[in-house]
Amino acid sequence: MSAGNVNTEALKHPGINLGEAHGEAHTQAEGVVFGFWVFLMSDFILFGLLFATYATMVDHTAGGPGPKALFDLKSISIETFALLLSSFTFGMASLNLKHGERRKPIILWLLATLMLGLIFLGLELHDFSSMIDKGAGPWRSGFLSAFFGLVPLHGLHVATASLWLIVMLVQMGVFGLTPRVKTRLLRLGLFWHFLDIIWVGIFSIVYLAGLS
Amino acid sequence: MTASDLWHLVFGRLGLQSLPFWDMIQHPTPSHIINGIIATGAAAVVVIGALVTVFLITKYRKWGVLWSDWLTSVDHKKIGIMYIVLAFVMLARALIEALLIRTQQADGLNGGFLSADHFAQLFSTHGTIMIFFMAMPFLIGLINFVMPQQIGARDVSFPMMNSISLGLTAAGAALVMVSLVLGKFETGGWTAYPPYTEAAFNPGPGVDYWIWAIALSSIGTTMTGINFAVTIYKKRAPGMTLFRMPLFTWTALCTAILMIFAMPPLTAVSLMLALDRYLDFHFFTNGMGGNMMNFANLFWLFGHPEVYILILPAFGVYSEVFSTFSGKRLYGYTSLVYATMAIAVLSFTVWLHHFFTMGQSANINAVFGLLTMIIGIPTGVKIYDWLLTMYQGRVRFTVPLIYALAFSVLFVLGGLSGVLLANPSIDFQVHNSLFLVAHFHNMLIPGLLFGMLAGYHFWFPKAFGFRLDERWGRLSAYLWISGFILAFFPLYALGLMGMTRRTVSYFDPAYTPWMLVAEVGALVLTAALTTLVIQLIVSIRERKANAVPVGDPWDGRSLEWAIAAPSPEWNFPVIPTVTDRDPFAVAKAQHTAYQSPPAYEDITLPTNSAMGMIICVVGGLLGFALVWHMWWLAILSALAVPVAVIAKSFDTRTEKVIPAAEVRQQHQAWLAQARQETPISRQLETSPDNHGLADNTIAEAST
Ligand code: HEM
Ligand SMILES: [Cu+2]
Repeated sequence: MSAGNVNTEALKHPGINLGEAHGEAHTQAEGVVFGFWVFLMSDFILFGLLFATYATMVDHTAGGPGPKALFDLKSISIETFALLLSSFTFGMASLNLKHGERRKPIILWLLATLMLGLIFLGLELHDFSSMIDKGAGPWRSGFLSAFFGLVPLHGLHVATASLWLIVMLVQMGVFGLTPRVKTRLLRLGLFWHFLDIIWVGIFSIVYLAGLS
Repeated sequence: MTASDLWHLVFGRLGLQSLPFWDMIQHPTPSHIINGIIATGAAAVVVIGALVTVFLITKYRKWGVLWSDWLTSVDHKKIGIMYIVLAFVMLARALIEALLIRTQQADGLNGGFLSADHFAQLFSTHGTIMIFFMAMPFLIGLINFVMPQQIGARDVSFPMMNSISLGLTAAGAALVMVSLVLGKFETGGWTAYPPYTEAAFNPGPGVDYWIWAIALSSIGTTMTGINFAVTIYKKRAPGMTLFRMPLFTWTALCTAILMIFAMPPLTAVSLMLALDRYLDFHFFTNGMGGNMMNFANLFWLFGHPEVYILILPAFGVYSEVFSTFSGKRLYGYTSLVYATMAIAVLSFTVWLHHFFTMGQSANINAVFGLLTMIIGIPTGVKIYDWLLTMYQGRVRFTVPLIYALAFSVLFVLGGLSGVLLANPSIDFQVHNSLFLVAHFHNMLIPGLLFGMLAGYHFWFPKAFGFRLDERWGRLSAYLWISGFILAFFPLYALGLMGMTRRTVSYFDPAYTPWMLVAEVGALVLTAALTTLVIQLIVSIRERKANAVPVGDPWDGRSLEWAIAAPSPEWNFPVIPTVTDRDPFAVAKAQHTAYQSPPAYEDITLPTNSAMGMIICVVGGLLGFALVWHMWWLAILSALAVPVAVIAKSFDTRTEKVIPAAEVRQQHQAWLAQARQETPISRQLETSPDNHGLADNTIAEAST
């Protein structure tokens, strides 16, 4: 028990079950989770800038192919479905984390989330490579540069989140459900849902608006 | 595979031509020789400086101390000090470059001694270093050192991330230093506008040095912003409500918020330029649908908030300095807080004034011009508050106050030239001229550098336990002030006469007299930096006489003065409870300062971590490898980052416990010393009698 962190009342973090005896863990979770929210805001700005860049460059096709010639709604829909479903499975994992003490259901839901994330990434990579096969790589035009600046950035985030998820699965095995592991899972959940929200933006602004 | 293929595989495009004297050997014309000697001399200074440092550390067997007490320390005070050391080193380099620029232009009628390319590197590195590797480390270091102590905390919220931020900033600075020895820096100014900086026009390593130095340090600064904001929101001592925070902490909060929102555009724009250059993207190219105006917009979306990131912490320092050295509560605290917040918000609404001339409609220009002028209002409020703080106070003419007074006059003048520039029709006349250079130096030198130097003098005793020499300090302050006036006021005239910025030479003899005055100013500024170095040496030598172990040399008002100097590792033996603004001044007035707490508790502190250094080295190598196209090294170091982070996440020994007995022993020893000392009056403040215990029998001058 440290005297150093008694500056706030021992707040309980609403999103997570850190156990009754862990007032201190709750106080620390507060700062860590709040810090992560702030990071997400900063990351949100980054995406906002790339969305804005995309919006200004969508017509700069330089005589090359535009959205209509390149986007494949079928594959995009499956990607969207996979990602939205993965938010649901992660939500189930979080509920189990909050209300249960058993590791197994959490691990199963997280594995399902990971699978969906990897399906999303696989399909997205396939999309990119088929665009490049059509000669529509980022070097072809300003429009495609903006596209390949924005959409793969999201993909890179999903890949990072998937790697993080794998690390957390290992840590659950090594450490069990310690408060530290729990707050990490809580933050990973925030990240995962945040990436879903970004994807909804990409789906509507890049794909739907591009095909309409 | 030939030897040359192998060389390229290992060293990329690094070669003999990357050495600073190669040109001079290949083409021994007088001009090449002069430029070559200067470049080689600068490279030699870097190399010899590094070797001498390594030699001295080895000779005095300090590697262990350096590693375990400093480089791997996650103590916010030590990280802060390391940031400031970095800032001073970079200040020295950038100031020497400024002197060279000035000398070239003083000699620049129909020629001069520097080549255009060399000159362009000088103003580009000068600007880049001053902003990103002098100003930013200085203010981040100062906030790091001071803010947690002001809010009664033991550290920042994320101590290890703090050390990683330092590592990233240092890696960026190292890249700029390496560019002196291997290859050349960029020539497109600190803003590096494309299309000039695109691969089509600038294929060499210069722009890449800029890109990776900026990308690394901007990521570090974003993390710093998050760290500071969370610390201030979550780690204040009980009772310290937002409106009881010292003003320096308020400015730290606003600066942190600006960092969180304004650094991402910089990271984005530098990486987009990198994509253009490395992977043939077309974000900012001339053809193929690129749009270089996006660069200008994104850059200044960062750039204007940046100037407030630079200036707000100095405002915070001045607020502390004016009230402490007037022996008075800060006048108009609430209005100062609201003015700070207003400036922070408005700073996001004016970026377009940096390119009024770039073709948008007159109405858009008018809107941004008006918004720019509005920022003058909260700034004016602040100036009045500071002046009124001195009114009827017992004002002491110490070094920090000298800087503060100079600031209050000079900054207003600079602000006036800013209001002129905010008018688009005037801006069209003086855009890109030396008038602008005069304006922003007139803001940044009084409004940033003087503030940082004032803070350095003010808090130095808290960091090291002894005061800086006052006489050398005053001399240095007067030299900085007069040097600044001499170096920059002529540039207003030159700008109005039509002299453009970034000009290597000119043909109008009317410029020369003004240029000579500015040259004298640059020499005076160099003398100012020299006296600062002498002051440090003199002060270290006389540290026994100037020691202030009790910790309150200036009759301070906020919590950081209520502890020993240097501060204990854990800052506060017991976390204080705050009931008022200026808590330590109140405690002294009520004779409740320097008391033993009812009980001591164990203190948990974060353990040392090598992560900051690992990220520093790996990040620096990554940048270097990318600059020189050493792909194998780039891939290895890029992979090393996640590996290190993941490995660290399995480490559970991140905290150590200081037993209550040790805390008690140290605190009691300090209290005993405080009881022994004689409190001294403010007249003796700068004499060796000052041991850091202030006489508080004289009541507050006024509250
Ligand atoms: C201390 C003495 C200083 C001197 C003598 C000095 C001198 C100069 C000179 C001669 C130039 C080139 C002007 C031109 O374009 O013709 C310049 C540019 C610049 N300076 Fe300074 N400076 C000083 C301090 C600072 C400080 C403290 C900062 C910022 C914190 C700063 C930031 C810049 C920037 C951003 C540029 C523009 C570089 C570019 O054109 O891209 N300088 N300075
Ligand atoms: Cu501006």
